Amino acid sequence: MFSFELLLEAILFGVLLGCFYAAVSIGLSVSFGLLDVPHVAHPAIMVFGSYCTYLLGLYGLDPIVAGIVLMPVFFLLGVGVYRFYYESFEKRGTEAGVRGLAFFFGIAFIIEVGLILVFGVDQRMAQAPYIGTSLSIAGYRIPYRLLVAFGVALVLTAALTIYFSKTFLGRAIKAVAQDEPALRLMGANPVRIKQWAFGIATGVSALAGAMLIIVGPVEPSLDRLYIGRTFCVVVLAGLGSMTGTLAAGLILGIAESIVLTLFGASWAPAVAFGLLLIVLGIRPQGLFGR
Amino acid sequence: MKYWIGAAVILLAAVGLALSGINEYFFFAGYVVLTFVVLATAWNILGGYAGYVNFGTPAFFGLGAYSAAVLFKALGAPLLLQIVAGAVMGGLLGFGVGLLTLRLRGIFFAIATVAVIFIMETLMVNWRYVGGATGLQLLRPPVPEPFDSYTRMLFVVMALMAVVAVSVARYVQVSWIGRGLRAIRDSEEAAECSGVPTLRLKLFACVVSGALMGAAGAPMPMYLSFIEPASTFNLSYTIGALGGAIIGGMSHWLGPIVGAILLGSLQQIVTVTVSGEVNVLVVGVLLVLFVVAAPEGILGLFRKRTLARRK
Amino acid sequence: MSAILKIERVSKHFGGFTALSDVNVEIARGERFGLIGPNGSGKTTLINCISGSLRNDAGSIVFDGEEISRLPAFQRTRRGIARSFQVPRPFSSMSVLENLIVPLEYVVHRASLHTADSQGEAMELLRRIGLADKAETPSNQLTQVDLRKLELARAMAARPRLLISDEAMAGLSGSEVDEILDILIKLNESGITIIMIEHIMHAVMRFSERVVCLDAGRKIADGDPQEVIATPEVRKAYLGE
Repeated sequence: MFSFELLLEAILFGVLLGCFYAAVSIGLSVSFGLLDVPHVAHPAIMVFGSYCTYLLGLYGLDPIVAGIVLMPVFFLLGVGVYRFYYESFEKRGTEAGVRGLAFFFGIAFIIEVGLILVFGVDQRMAQAPYIGTSLSIAGYRIPYRLLVAFGVALVLTAALTIYFSKTFLGRAIKAVAQDEPALRLMGANPVRIKQWAFGIATGVSALAGAMLIIVGPVEPSLDRLYIGRTFCVVVLAGLGSMTGTLAAGLILGIAESIVLTLFGASWAPAVAFGLLLIVLGIRPQGLFGR
Repeated sequence: MKYWIGAAVILLAAVGLALSGINEYFFFAGYVVLTFVVLATAWNILGGYAGYVNFGTPAFFGLGAYSAAVLFKALGAPLLLQIVAGAVMGGLLGFGVGLLTLRLRGIFFAIATVAVIFIMETLMVNWRYVGGATGLQLLRPPVPEPFDSYTRMLFVVMALMAVVAVSVARYVQVSWIGRGLRAIRDSEEAAECSGVPTLRLKLFACVVSGALMGAAGAPMPMYLSFIEPASTFNLSYTIGALGGAIIGGMSHWLGPIVGAILLGSLQQIVTVTVSGEVNVLVVGVLLVLFVVAAPEGILGLFRKRTLARRK
Repeated sequence: MSAILKIERVSKHFGGFTALSDVNVEIARGERFGLIGPNGSGKTTLINCISGSLRNDAGSIVFDGEEISRLPAFQRTRRGIARSFQVPRPFSSMSVLENLIVPLEYVVHRASLHTADSQGEAMELLRRIGLADKAETPSNQLTQVDLRKLELARAMAARPRLLISDEAMAGLSGSEVDEILDILIKLNESGITIIMIEHIMHAVMRFSERVVCLDAGRKIADGDPQEVIATPEVRKAYLGE
């Protein structure tokens, strides 16, 4: 039943999957980890991005190209959402906790039901030459779509890590997360910076959505499962840690893959949520948290 | 005193309706609306009073339902015992989740409650005793006198549960417990430094809330003569509970009642005339609208209008 | 006089940042104690460790002979430590009066929990502090100086033996500062030990019998107020090289 080869294959699969999970969680790492926005609608926006990718695909656009094309659009969407959230809630303080959470939950719900009304509950898939074919290496078959997602994920993670550590705006965003009053004293406008950051996070979600539909079929309720996966990665990484996201993603990916291999598909969805609860109970600041 | 008279009147009305010749459909729908009254009221004890959002209503509700189903299947337990079991299990789950995450910020508690839904659903899907993903058929016991149908009896049972839930919420609200919870909601750190045992109070609210939700779930298997994971752990229970409380008004025990009845009626109208999905969409939009523009809910709007009129 | 509060070798870190390092302070019963230091020197962190909002990583905090480092904040309040917050944190959904009922119910009248007792005592407190006419005002509608008074009143309502005032006078006008100072001095006269954190130097000098100065998490001076502010280290900390 249990063989070393099977385990190795599971780990390999887990690494690819984990990188993918890291990439789809980066947006949340910025919006929730750095900006403290209770963004439970992050996976829903990502799924929305998947469906937009699907639509563009109907016109012949390759998913990754579609994802890249959607990024600036989603950036603007993110800026708008944050502006609205800030004006309605953050500015006024106090009850923001319940209202902020309820607000994003409502948005997620509206997106999900909206998608059901427009597309129905059936699964949608993207078409591309690398979807459906596999690479054979040393006796293992690795689906190309996973390799593509893995590649895009690596590039995305690297790009964002460089952005946040090397560029002026990127470092300003990190600064605003740590010490907003100091930033204000330096003359920078924290709200503008946070807006920009949230826009980036949402723009990244567009590409994440494209990857999502490359990796597998999507359906409107997929966002619920990904609440578990993305929050698991972000919490496990530690709020505010960009590099931790990759490590946390890998841990989740491998864990899920092993559970999938040993216990089957009906248990795999619970891994992310279970791991999340364990982290919250034992070490809520995560691996690299501030 | 006026409250208890009102409560007695409502109970008598419920019994009277159940014994009358009204169309059976009324009790099917009424049971659901009353369930949401209990869920929204229970949700509000932790969400409205203390400020901690629970997205996991389906987990508590579903745990109550499955506990009842298991007891019924294994021991043929009577309805009252099923409800008690549902309440106990719901309370235990509330205690567990609370102990794990109420020391952390509110959003971590909220996410943990989402996690609990999935874990509970996965557990039930993989448990053959309760029928796994396919579910379990249950044969109802014979209807006790004087009711004509089991549904009518369940309607009265749920009406009683609603009165109990609202009474509990009312007591919490006006007592020193409610004041402590409000202090926590307004400024948890200041509350703690004012001598309020914040963790204990939050745990208490979480346990009571969970127990009521579990109790509300317990009669569900009997109501449907059937139980299965997907519909039991449905996220519509989240939006019904949360939405009912927020739309109705979170600061007073009347709020969740108003909200639940409004959403329940809306559900009946929209689902029948248009579709179930559109109904959920409408509720979602209403939720966002109220959260942004009318955070005090319908009760709050009412209060503002009466205050304005007086001037 | 015996020490009501003994802080021994207390340290606190936030990740890589050291907020407090090996701090030793003793506060005598009934003393008027001033805590000064430039921004970021660790004053509020120290207060948070004393009141229980934070846990110190090392060292001990002994209040009235009892080690309290491991106690949650509400237990410390019940044992007699109360504090006001630098940025006022009223219970904004409650009236001014109700704000005081919370500590009265949860600290003083825990056994009986009769709102009637609490209301009388709360009104009396409001009279003492000059907020009696605003008893029914929603606390989110108060002016800055009234918010500061409410902060102090709420701390006083817990009937503390040690009261910590965290920059209660920041941003207030001259006469408002004097108002608050008078309240604190009268409180001390009734036997309550008071720790005052303040940037307004003349208030600290007028009020304190003893002053401790922190800089970058360390204690750099401890003693008579006039002597402390004359110390070269203290002048350097505030004014730079």
